[in-house]
Amino acid sequence: MLGEKVLMKGNEAIGEAAIRAGCQLYFAYPITPQSELPQYLARRMPEEGRVFLQAESEIAAINMVYGAAGTGARVMTSSSSPGISLKQEGISYIAGAELPCVIVNIVRGGPGLGGIQPAQSDYFQATKGGGHGDYRLIVLAPASVQEMVDLTILAFDLADQYRNPVMILGDGVLGQMMEPVEFKDFEPVKIPKPWATTGRKGREKNIINSLYLDPTKLEEHNWHLQAKYREIAEKEVRYDTYRSEDAEVLVVAYGITARIARTAVDMARAQGIAAGLLRPITLFPFPTEAIAQAAEGAKALLTVELSAGQMVEDVRLAVNGKRPVYFYGRTGGMMPTPEEICREIVKVAGKEVAE
Amino acid sequence: MKVVFERPRALSDVTTHYCPGCTHGIIHRLVAEVIDELGILERTIGVAPVGCAVLAYNYLECDWQQAAHGRAPAVATGIKRALPDRVVFTYQGDGDLASIGTAEIVHAANRGERITVIYVNNAIYGMTGGQMAPTTLEGQVTATSPRGRDIKQAGHPMRMAEMLATLPGVSYLARVAVNKPANIMKAKKAIKQAFMVQIDDLGFGMVEILSTCPTNWGLQPAKAMEWVDEKMIPYYPLGEFKVPGEVK
Amino acid sequence: MPKVEFNVDRCKGCELCAVFCPQKIIKLSEGINKLGYHPATVKEMEKCTGCAICARVCPDCVIKVYK
Ligand SMILES: Cc1ncc(C[n+]2csc(CCOP(=O)(O)OP(=O)(O)O)c2C)c(N)n1
Ligand code: SF4
Repeated sequence: MLGEKVLMKGNEAIGEAAIRAGCQLYFAYPITPQSELPQYLARRMPEEGRVFLQAESEIAAINMVYGAAGTGARVMTSSSSPGISLKQEGISYIAGAELPCVIVNIVRGGPGLGGIQPAQSDYFQATKGGGHGDYRLIVLAPASVQEMVDLTILAFDLADQYRNPVMILGDGVLGQMMEPVEFKDFEPVKIPKPWATTGRKGREKNIINSLYLDPTKLEEHNWHLQAKYREIAEKEVRYDTYRSEDAEVLVVAYGITARIARTAVDMARAQGIAAGLLRPITLFPFPTEAIAQAAEGAKALLTVELSAGQMVEDVRLAVNGKRPVYFYGRTGGMMPTPEEICREIVKVAGKEVAE
Repeated sequence: MKVVFERPRALSDVTTHYCPGCTHGIIHRLVAEVIDELGILERTIGVAPVGCAVLAYNYLECDWQQAAHGRAPAVATGIKRALPDRVVFTYQGDGDLASIGTAEIVHAANRGERITVIYVNNAIYGMTGGQMAPTTLEGQVTATSPRGRDIKQAGHPMRMAEMLATLPGVSYLARVAVNKPANIMKAKKAIKQAFMVQIDDLGFGMVEILSTCPTNWGLQPAKAMEWVDEKMIPYYPLGEFKVPGEVK
Repeated sequence: MPKVEFNVDRCKGCELCAVFCPQKIIKLSEGINKLGYHPATVKEMEKCTGCAICARVCPDCVIKVYK
């Protein structure tokens, strides 16, 4: 299927992309709405002579990821919100020990068991750390099935390059959605991993560890991590814009919400409102600069999310009080329609643009 | 005159952080001796727990990964699945294995994961200052059972070896003690067996080792060795619970 | 003649070797080692049989045995 377009569900597309990216091991525990991914890999990984293992829990799965990533292999796990909460301990250890891996969160509504419908209410958890300690994941937010493929491949490369866990933050709509995708021919990036624990033959022993009992050493380690995150913030910001050059009302949205917002932008334009869209593709690092710049030309911003308002805090930080930042959100698995978002754009324009 | 006993090559030439008389040190040495005898140092990866043995990675010369509390069997599974021809072992205390990590140990054993588990049962949480463990004996006084363990309130001490031996994935399972020379010799044999079943691809191997915590038991090291005989062994009988070839 | 050698600065003075030595020739010395313990020592080395029991019960691998 190289080069040609095939129709695939988002969850399955992530699985196939992981295989193309050289993912050697996949560990997970079933949960809706991402179960197509383990089901797909249960069939495909053995076909490729690779490891699929259904773990006894998300806790076990993420710790299997830790162990396998520590041997230098490319590894992935996936889950949805409640399962990602369980993985947080392991993710913190992985970030502390600087192990590369890919974690997929096909977000559903919360809190608690919540529901099984799409949501974006894990934004804080994904972008601000999630577990204990000062750490960051690289967070990629696809908005189409093709992007689920491309960002999964990128995720493995970034993970290896920065020795950092990378999260794909999707949602149930993208996971279930069928769209044509293309798998381009490429060679996965190969980054040497001299730190891996593979048996010490021919070298000194290696230790994978996140324990630093000496506070001066732990602080040093933390500054090293922070320097890495700064480098990531400098080099890896990705975002997309739509009709934003002359936008007076700039909508900021990611993932599936950005696709709905795009239609809403067109609808608003048809009504004579100069609306535009900025879609963060990396949620960490956040496109702070791009938003700040776009805000210069705009009169107001409107953040739209499938949450009660999480990314909007980062948008406000980016704009730093220079422009009003409005928020519109739906939660619990409810999706806004383009008309709804357009109405919000019109409202904001009425307040901020009219006079 | 020849040397009849010296530090095994796999044991790092450093002072450990263990308290005087703590038998974690004996167990480390036995594992090192077995690694030397099997000639597997260069292809062995250890998984260190959270507990007094957290720094085990400084004491054995093989590669190591340090795992979250109780998760060592899952970490070892990840390593072994990635590198099936390496030798992977975990070293875990009774809080680590029999309390917070019960799910991980049961399922690793049940999958017949080709790993070796060194399970150190000292009937107490050593590192955090002597609180009650799932293995704490009835009536045993600890920091969180000041009037002695009350089984009505805290349940019975857990016999992990007996429990895990019922799982078909387990190939070798024994309980030993390191409280006197004869027991130490037997412990080493069992540890070797638990590594052998992994190397021979037979299944999951585990040794439960009754160990002392003189500090938190409030006993002189020699008295602690006797306490193992008097109190622990009657409740935690020594022996092999599963040997290879035994089909259930 | 069998003998034992102590890596004095590794000894934590736990006395397990002394308790288990069948010849009862191991004692803690008066002096203090680098770790701050009274390390184990043997006065009458000629009584040592080289059985290595002391070394096997030592948690700190302090003892080397010759025979
Ligand atoms: C998630 C988590 N909970 C609790 C702790 C605190 N903790 C550290 S060691 C330990 C108990 C260790 O006891 P055991 O496994 O019996 O080993 P020992 O120290 O006795 O050798 C606990 C509860 C921790 N580090 N992580
Ligand atoms: S606290 Fe107990 S288990 Fe820990 S090193 Fe000291 S004696 Fe050993």
